[in-house]
Amino acid sequence: MAEVILLGIDGSPNSERAADMAADHAKSTGRRLLVAHVIEWSPYTFNTPEENEVRHKRREEEIDRAEAHVVRPIVERLKKAGVEGEIVVRHGHAGEVLSQLAREHDVKQIYIGRIGQSRLRELLFGSVAGSLVQISPVPVTVVP
Amino acid sequence: MLLRLTALLSLLFMPALAHAQEAAAEADGIDAAINNAVAPISDAIAAVIFFTVPIFGVDVPLIVFWLIIAAIIFTFYFNFVNFRAFFHAIELIRGDYSNPKDAGEVTHFQALATALSGTVGLGNIAGVAIAVSLGGPGATFWMIVAGLFSMSSKFVECTLGVKYRNEYPDGTVSGGPMYYLSKGLAEKGMGGLGKFLAVFFAICCIGGAFGGGNMFQANQSFQQLVNVTGDEASWFADKGWLFGLALAILVGVVIIGGIKSIARVTEKVVPFMAVIYLGAGLVIILINITALPEAVMLIITGAFSAEGVAGGAVGAMIQGIRRAAFSNEAGLGSAAIAHSAVRTNEPITEGLVALHEPFIDTVVICTMTALVIVITGMHQTGGEIGGVELTSMAFGQSISWFPYVLALAVILFAFSTMISWSYYGSKSWTYLFGESRTMDLIFKFIFCVFVVLGATMDLSAVIGFSDSMIFAMALANIVGLYILAPVVKADLDSYWSRLQTGEIRKYA
Repeated sequence: MAEVILLGIDGSPNSERAADMAADHAKSTGRRLLVAHVIEWSPYTFNTPEENEVRHKRREEEIDRAEAHVVRPIVERLKKAGVEGEIVVRHGHAGEVLSQLAREHDVKQIYIGRIGQSRLRELLFGSVAGSLVQISPVPVTVVP
Repeated sequence: MLLRLTALLSLLFMPALAHAQEAAAEADGIDAAINNAVAPISDAIAAVIFFTVPIFGVDVPLIVFWLIIAAIIFTFYFNFVNFRAFFHAIELIRGDYSNPKDAGEVTHFQALATALSGTVGLGNIAGVAIAVSLGGPGATFWMIVAGLFSMSSKFVECTLGVKYRNEYPDGTVSGGPMYYLSKGLAEKGMGGLGKFLAVFFAICCIGGAFGGGNMFQANQSFQQLVNVTGDEASWFADKGWLFGLALAILVGVVIIGGIKSIARVTEKVVPFMAVIYLGAGLVIILINITALPEAVMLIITGAFSAEGVAGGAVGAMIQGIRRAAFSNEAGLGSAAIAHSAVRTNEPITEGLVALHEPFIDTVVICTMTALVIVITGMHQTGGEIGGVELTSMAFGQSISWFPYVLALAVILFAFSTMISWSYYGSKSWTYLFGESRTMDLIFKFIFCVFVVLGATMDLSAVIGFSDSMIFAMALANIVGLYILAPVVKADLDSYWSRLQTGEIRKYA
């Protein structure tokens, strides 16, 4: 199986910088590039019955919207840099899903942008970068 | 958007508001008027549903037999699945058997939590108090027993709810007794009966949505509000209509206006309040730990005594079972509507998950309430103080400020139960009258009106109506469960054997 570089994006400007770095890495090593976007979702929430009724439909919509607005622009950017990116959109917690993907594919390195949330939010809820670095099975590059 | 909506709703309520304000100038005017108007109707309905048969000198409502016998039969028919699958169900709820590819869909946990939000309500707090004051401490024992057996009924109906749900092309799902009664029985060549039962169920469910899911909740939460603000001297004392109106507007904003944010807040806060409630209960039991053995003795002796309060053992049994049924809704079919939205390839798994609903609702939460009442000796106050007031006093005895927390908890529980039951009711309504937006809106508007009615009426009249409609649902539902039980058994046996052989495995 070809070696893979995993790029985690969230639509912020940091993602673009991370994408650029990941593209460079992919070009110089000849590794495949996997572009992943994680839609924050928890299996343990309390919903109203109406939310559950339409959840299946909503999920599809969320994935389509993410693919169109978050992932496609990055893939276009990568194409311009001469790199083909494979797309993955999943629900879950960003840190966990990226680690999971790293295990599923032969991922050698993960690139993510540092989200740069407010200090308070980071303190209270943790950051994706922070949690991923703790649990990732492979090296992680956090691009500011 | 919110502003425009509130304005619209206020406009609709304006005539009622104006009239009510005039009427309330005379003490208890509106409240008494509504009560007098509706009470005879509710009494009449109650007399039919709760047709009683004297046994050992105690009047036993047949409907209670109907429910508990079904629960017992199903427990045996499925070989005590409620115990066998108890831990496997926990694994299912945790997501151990959920395909990662299904991330983002409705999980077992979410379906269970949604259903629980609907069932955990005033029944757990006020209903238990009624049971214990009317039937004595022994009612607690029978309530737990009923709770354990009724897990099996819930198992059957929730499996069927998922199995026979409608999956629409746009991705939405609709499930519940209306569908498994009509579709399921049609498969068995009993289409006509199925359709009839489905319609009967839908009608009763609408009644139940207005009664137990609405009026009772509004009534008891208002009651608690009055309690903590000074009883008769409270500014709220005769303003049930005002409380009802405020609550109706809030409920209306969520269910009609689709203002998800309020519901989302409630849905987060309610589990939190449940934890606080249970925590407080535990604290009270610990404070009174020396009285615990005696309380347990009271419960056990009261459960089996020949004489005593309200017919001794039999009275305790009736009250215990009645409140358990009202609280955990097993056999009624309502939870099947909530559970049907889960994402799964095996409908039986949702049935197994649903086992925990009566367990959490009755064996854990209701028992907690009952223990607090018995351990503080509040059950001896007799039939004068009933409902939520009794529970409030019991908690207040050890934690003086808890009645305020309880008032907040009660209003939140009531609110989330109302949201859920408005969903069940509207599903039944649209099943009967067509899935159009207008029909949906009409139901929801009427639902809001009933919120006001519930807050203004007397407890006894409200209870009579609530119980009647709720239990009437079980008439149709359980017939369907009996007929379709073999289908569920086949599914269970197949699933269980595949689980044992390792064909069904956890996802690492």
